[in-house]
Order: sequence, then structure tokens, then C-alpha cells
Amino acid sequence: MVPGDLRYTKEHEWVRTEGDLATVGITDYAAEQLGDIVFVELPEVGRTVTQFAPIGVIESVKAVSDLFAPLGGEVVETNAELATAPELLNSEAFGGGWILRIRMADPTQIDGLLDAAAYDALISEA
Amino acid sequence: MAYGPHTTEDRARMLAAIGVDSVDDLFADIPASLRASGLQLPPPESEAELSTRLRDLADRNRVELIGFLGAGAYRHFTPAVVDQLLLRGEFYTAYTPYQPEISQGTLQTIYEYQSLMAELTGLDVVSASHYDGATATAEAALMSCRATRRERVLVSRGVHPHYRETLCTYFGGASLAADEIPLVAEGPAAGTTDAAALERLLTDPERPVAGVIVANPSFFGLLEPMSEIGRLAHAAGALFVSVVEPVSLAVLASPGEYGADIAAGEGQSLGIPLAYGGPYLGILACREALVRQIPGRLVGMTTDIDGRRAFVMTLRAREQDIRREKAASNICTNQALCALAASMYLAALGPHGLRDVAALGAARAAELEMALAAAGAPRLHPGPYLNEFAVRVPGAAAVHARLVGRGILAGLPLARAVPDDSSLADALLVCATEVTTSEEIAAFAAALREELSGSAADERAAAGPEVAAR
Repeated sequence: MVPGDLRYTKEHEWVRTEGDLATVGITDYAAEQLGDIVFVELPEVGRTVTQFAPIGVIESVKAVSDLFAPLGGEVVETNAELATAPELLNSEAFGGGWILRIRMADPTQIDGLLDAAAYDALISEA
Repeated sequence: MAYGPHTTEDRARMLAAIGVDSVDDLFADIPASLRASGLQLPPPESEAELSTRLRDLADRNRVELIGFLGAGAYRHFTPAVVDQLLLRGEFYTAYTPYQPEISQGTLQTIYEYQSLMAELTGLDVVSASHYDGATATAEAALMSCRATRRERVLVSRGVHPHYRETLCTYFGGASLAADEIPLVAEGPAAGTTDAAALERLLTDPERPVAGVIVANPSFFGLLEPMSEIGRLAHAAGALFVSVVEPVSLAVLASPGEYGADIAAGEGQSLGIPLAYGGPYLGILACREALVRQIPGRLVGMTTDIDGRRAFVMTLRAREQDIRREKAASNICTNQALCALAASMYLAALGPHGLRDVAALGAARAAELEMALAAAGAPRLHPGPYLNEFAVRVPGAAAVHARLVGRGILAGLPLARAVPDDSSLADALLVCATEVTTSEEIAAFAAALREELSGSAADERAAAGPEVAAR
């Protein structure tokens, strides 16, 4: 069961909102599917992103996967730890493995995302 | 999965799935004049008869000509050790032996090749090689677009026309733009890339530039103001791509030294025979920051579980067979045997030897310049060159043809290579290397003097109309 207080996308990103800031990462399910993550390509701070557009890349030993923006807005912070410890995405997917923070342009976009139950249903069908 | 051949029904289902009417539609991009239409082979012959036929065909090649042709492929001396070692079965016939478990030797040779190119180019990362200089240049251009997320590059007219054509072919498919940087028309910098024009081209805010691509030496043999061009490119947020000739890097400043982000080049000069225009060797190198954008294979050095040094193909997940349409390139192969030849050549010569090759070529070229000027063919451009330059020859194409008749390959008539520049109509691009001899230069100059002074024409006229028309 994934954390109930977060929202999710079909591409396995999770979102935690605090005010107009959204913290984004990938779920432990996604990290496990990818295998040992070796590199995370992050967008530049200040970049404007649109919802569901590819904004970064997550590279594991066997695959290279796009990271999609769950919401539109401005990238205000990225997780500097990932440059030296990309494996945080595997070990702390919902915590220390957070990837970036977006200042949301339209907070109502959150409502279109999956809740924990819907995401759990998605991955159990896979 | 069944391993039998496709049935008609299989094909029909596949065509329907991708929405195409016939297999021929998938080849629509290939011009009709180039499409195969069956093979008309003569009846079979014995090995002896066939050998004779092939030898007769081969004899039609003019291999005895005294050669002053460069233009992207150069005559050099290759020590016998290179050709001999290449014949080893492990090298010559092995096909993509890259599994680290059983191919440590092969992987090490590629790693050595990458290391040698890194030293020559002064850059951090080198791919395991590409088909040739043209495709390496096109890949470098695509890299600059991916890395900057911009869709336009600027290519100097001093870059080899074939490389520019190949780049346009690649760009056409990807809907990217490649605009030309003009050359300076007059003055001491005539023939080199026009930095003022480049600066203007970089200022369009609607169309930001991903990469600026300049060759050094240029197609015309001239040395370009690389540091200045790099500065202009970076000031506009563009990457700087340098197209290089590897032997020249022994004596010229390297791409790393003058601030290039990516270097692409043709490795034929490094122990690879001229052959018939190939197979050649595409060199591609970049700064560390671009390591995940560089296409092609990469061999890395690591340790195995017992702590022993080991070589592996690395960043494999970036390659086309895994990343598919998002990969850096549709090509994920390399020119392993040619890269190996280049490594062996460099190992055999060493850094001092390579410097000698470059310096001797430059010395011979200076001799050639004086001899041709005295014969009536002065240089077209005033600026410095290494071992290749253009000379002005009235009726260049006809003179060139008559010199071939006299056993001399007088370089390249530039009208053929660059037809859209009328200032090059009466010019030949000539080159000298360490294998060019003073006797050859003297013979070329003497024959050219006769052709230009009209005495050759007079002789032909005296011999009669049939001969005069030749």
C-alpha cells in the first residue's frame, strides 16, 4: 500500500503538496521495476514545465526512463543528494529520494491525479 | 516465438498493424534511381577465370598516379606491423564480441583507442567510433541540439561539403535547421569562417543556436580562429563543435585547448588505407558534462568482484536497442577494426612519430606551394595552412584532366566540390604529406608549367586535330 496522503500519476510519479509547492518523486514500485538506479537527469531550477511533459531522465543499469511532470509550474528546487547518491530512489523512494519541487501554476491539477487506492489498483493489475 | 520465415499472412498483419499498404512504402525516402531492381548476373565462371576478370577490372584503377589529392582522405605511410597484426583472427573476423565475460582483450583495445583519441583531442569522453567523419559530424550536431534543447545549428562553409550534406540528411529527418556560416571574401582572413557574420547569425532570439560547427584545418586547408569562434558560440549559449583531422592534432592546438565541447573527425589518416573511399573511421569526443548525450558505444574500466581490473561496455541503457526512439542515435555500432588500426598506428609511431608525420607534411606542403607558384599557380588564400591549400589555375578542370593523362593527380578541382562558389571555379585543392617527395613536387610543377604556358597546347595542335581534341 502506497502512502495515503500522496497523489500519483499513471507514470508512477508521486506528489506531496504543501501550500503551492509540490514535491515529486517516483514510487517504490517504479524504482523496483527499474532496478538499481545509477543516474538522475534533473531539470534546471527556474524552468517552467507543463503537466505530463517529460522533464528529466532516470537511468538504471538496464533501462533509461523519462520522468514526467505531474503538474505544471516552475521548478524551484531539485534534490542535490541525487548527484552522488542516485540509489536513494531505490532505498527511500517516498522520503530522501524525492526528486524535485514545483511551484504549482494551477493547484486544481492535483484533482486529476490518482489517489492511493487508485494507484494501488493500477499496479496490482500490471 | 516461432523461428520460421514470414508467411504472406504474417506480412499482411504486420503491415496492417503499422498502417502501411506495402513493404515498398517503407523505402519511400530512397530515390527511385537508387532502388535495386533485381540482379543481372552473368553465368558462373571458374575461380581462375573470375580472378582474371577481377584483375582486369582492378587494372582500370589509376594507382600509379603521383597523388596530391587530399580533401578529407590522405596518403600516409602505414608501418607493416599494423596490417600484419590486424590479420589476427581474433581481430579480423570477430563480430561484435563485447560480452565482458569473454572479450576482455577486445574491450581493452577499444578502451585504448578511446584513451588515445582523448589525448589527441584534449577532451574527456570518446565514443568507440562511428562510420566516418561525416556521420560523426552529423551526430555531434544532433548532440548539440539534444543537450541545449534548441533546434538550429550553424555550420561553416569551411566544413567538408560531404559532411555538410550528410548533416542535412540527418537534420531533414529530424526537422532541425542547419544554416551556413559564410567565409570571409577578401583580405588577410579570406577563405576562413567569417566571425562577424557568425556573431550576427547568433543574435536571432527567435531561433537560438544549439551548436556552432567549424573545421580546423578547414576543407580548404586553412587554419581557423577557433578560440574566437568558441567564445562567440558560448556567449550565445550554443555548444562549440570542432571538426578535426587527427594527424594535425599532433602539432595544432587541440579542441580541448580552444574550448570545444564536442570534436568530430575522420580517422582515415591513422593507418587506414584510402581504399575506395572506405571503410573509414568516425571519431567523436566530448567534455565530461556531455557523457550521457554522446551516441555510440562506450567502453569503461572498472573492477570485477575479485578486485581485478576489467573492461565493460558502459552506459548501455542509452543505446538504441534499449532506448529505442529516444536513444542518442539510430546507430549503435562502431568501426572496431578501423579503430584498432588507428590505435596500432598511433602506438607504432608514438607521439614524437606522429608529430614528425605532421611536420614533414607541412614542410613538403611549403615546398609544394613555392613550386606551384613558380609554375604559375599561386595560392588562392593568404592565411596560414598546415599541409593543404588551394591554388589558382586557369581552366582548372581541363588542366587537371590533362595532368591525369601525364600521370599526375593534381588535387581536386574545387568547382566540382563547391559548385555554388564561382570564386573557386579556377582552383585546385592540393595537399602534401610525409610521403610526398621533392621529385614528385618537381614533376607536378614542371608539368603544370607546361600546361599553363600553352606549350602543351601547341604540341597537341601540331600533332593534328584528333590529338588536339583529347
